[in-house]
Amino acid sequence: MTTTLLLVQALNGIQFGLILFLIAAGLTLVFGVMDFINLAHGVQYMVGAYLVAAFSAWTGNFALALLLALPTALAFGLLLEVLIFRHLYDRDHLDQVLATFGVIVFLNQAVKFVWGAAPLNVPVPEILSGSVEIANGLLYPVYRLAIIAAGLTVAGLLYVLVSHTRVGMLVRAGATNAQMVSALGVNIQRLFMVVFGFGAMLAGFAGAMVAPILSVEPGMGDNILILAFVVIVIGGVGSIRGAFLAALLIGLVDTVGRTFAPNLLRIFLDPATASQTGRAIAPMLIYIFMAAVLFFRPSGLFPAKR
Amino acid sequence: MTELAQTQPVSVRSPGWRPELVPIVLFAAFAAAPLLAPASGAEGYVLSLLTRVMIFGIAAMSLDLILGYGALVSFGHAAFLGIGAYAVGILASHGIEDALIQVPVALIGSALFALVTGAISLRTKGVYFIMITLAFGQMLFFLATSLAAYGGDDGMTLPSRSLVGGFPLLKSDAAFYWVSLLCLFGSYAFSRSVVASRFGRVLRGAKENPARMEAIGFHPFRYQLAAYVISGMIAGLAGCLMANQAEFVSPAFMTWQRSGELIFMVVLGGLGSLHGAIIGAALFLLLEEFLPEILHGASFMMDDAFRSHLAENWKMVFGPILILIVLFARGGIMGLLRRGRHG
Repeated sequence: MTTTLLLVQALNGIQFGLILFLIAAGLTLVFGVMDFINLAHGVQYMVGAYLVAAFSAWTGNFALALLLALPTALAFGLLLEVLIFRHLYDRDHLDQVLATFGVIVFLNQAVKFVWGAAPLNVPVPEILSGSVEIANGLLYPVYRLAIIAAGLTVAGLLYVLVSHTRVGMLVRAGATNAQMVSALGVNIQRLFMVVFGFGAMLAGFAGAMVAPILSVEPGMGDNILILAFVVIVIGGVGSIRGAFLAALLIGLVDTVGRTFAPNLLRIFLDPATASQTGRAIAPMLIYIFMAAVLFFRPSGLFPAKR
Repeated sequence: MTELAQTQPVSVRSPGWRPELVPIVLFAAFAAAPLLAPASGAEGYVLSLLTRVMIFGIAAMSLDLILGYGALVSFGHAAFLGIGAYAVGILASHGIEDALIQVPVALIGSALFALVTGAISLRTKGVYFIMITLAFGQMLFFLATSLAAYGGDDGMTLPSRSLVGGFPLLKSDAAFYWVSLLCLFGSYAFSRSVVASRFGRVLRGAKENPARMEAIGFHPFRYQLAAYVISGMIAGLAGCLMANQAEFVSPAFMTWQRSGELIFMVVLGGLGSLHGAIIGAALFLLLEEFLPEILHGASFMMDDAFRSHLAENWKMVFGPILILIVLFARGGIMGLLRRGRHG
């Protein structure tokens, strides 16, 4: 029983970790290449979820909705870049934090304005509904497996893009030393825009993928944004590989920790206290983990800057 | 980080308006408010709004102490508000309702939390510092949501406001107003003396150029940590007041959005002047309070449905205002006042 539970929780953890990775990948690039703290990255995840909700209500087809939502999320990210973020690149981090905080306030209210405060539901696509037996007697929802597959595919594509293409090379170079790249004659402004739009689209994709299993509501991006920041700080700012490993780690620690912290504590404490402290400690685990990582490695596990 | 770190130039003496008068005018206004409030016809409302302004003023000022004078962007400052509030709430729920016990416990709790988290956070620089303070803030937030015995997510209602030496001194809103003003003034005077002292100079030196400070024999780390602890304790005091004003305590006191708002208040008022943070807090809260009405009034040419819709969604205007302030009002209110003086 416990091993099946562990397996299910591990799969949930991986699925959650991959979603985190999709968000964190864009964030870490924007952060690493442009040295720009974008708190509004979480609302781009929310916008992705809302877009897919709106399009799937309109077309009645999830795949089509996803296909429409992605370019819209990209366009939306580019719009924000041109309107606001572009003016913040040469500001200090404090100004960036505050201005993007303003964007969060605006967009959280704007989705309420357009779609109402009540959570929206997106039906799970027909083909991917239901469950599949992954071990004897253990059923697991197909859609969650699909998220894992999609997450891994995007991670693979991103790897190829970043380490085997010219744009990827520029991005990596930019994360290491943006000024030098600019001095070598690369149009850094355009590179920034590409990275930014791409990051926004990835976050939108993450939002779109979770829309059928979570409720789509205003403010849904706020907490996941903080987790994404935890991921990139643990992974090392600017490092895609670091973000990938850290995201999986955080996903697993969070999901498995919530289930097993009470059980684990039962070894030392009496059951009532154990379940109480366990429930108190579990949500703190990832932050304790992050503090520990930063204590020993103040610039994360895989720092891109040298 | 260097830009915000610049200290304002010492003002040139000229007759007439002086920025040095700002704190005097500010405190005089707070002291006069209870006398003028009855004229507004909604005395209770005005007093409670101003009390809230003063409490947030204390919190924002405590943040200015490390943000403005030490360039330490703490993105988890709301955690200290939570510690102060929960010290009051938890002790009260165990029958200890006296502020003479609650406040010291809150201060010690805040100091310990600041000491431990500060010692770890200050090992990191820049962005990492922002993120690690955020993480510690979130840690405490989630701890509070899991305290089932103390209301968990929903928080808990206090049986009454704290007693002072066994007497229900804070019971009336007017008395609470004066106590809050006293706390604001006390923490302002204390912070002012801290920044004016040798300690404050070392702190500013460490902000400008840590390497040089080390070269002349100072350990910036110790000074920054001490400042972080002092700042946390003042914010803890604000948390005690906050719990008492609302007679309610909940994890919502320490969301990361609240930490963001505190930073905003400091930047809005102008970094590194202490009273600027109080003005920033006042403007932020008043804007939040009155923006719906302002929008309703300003859209008089539209039909009623639109007007109420607009007032309801005031945050759609509030957000862009925040962005515009960051983009165009550099140096905050205090910066504007100074610039106005120099022409």
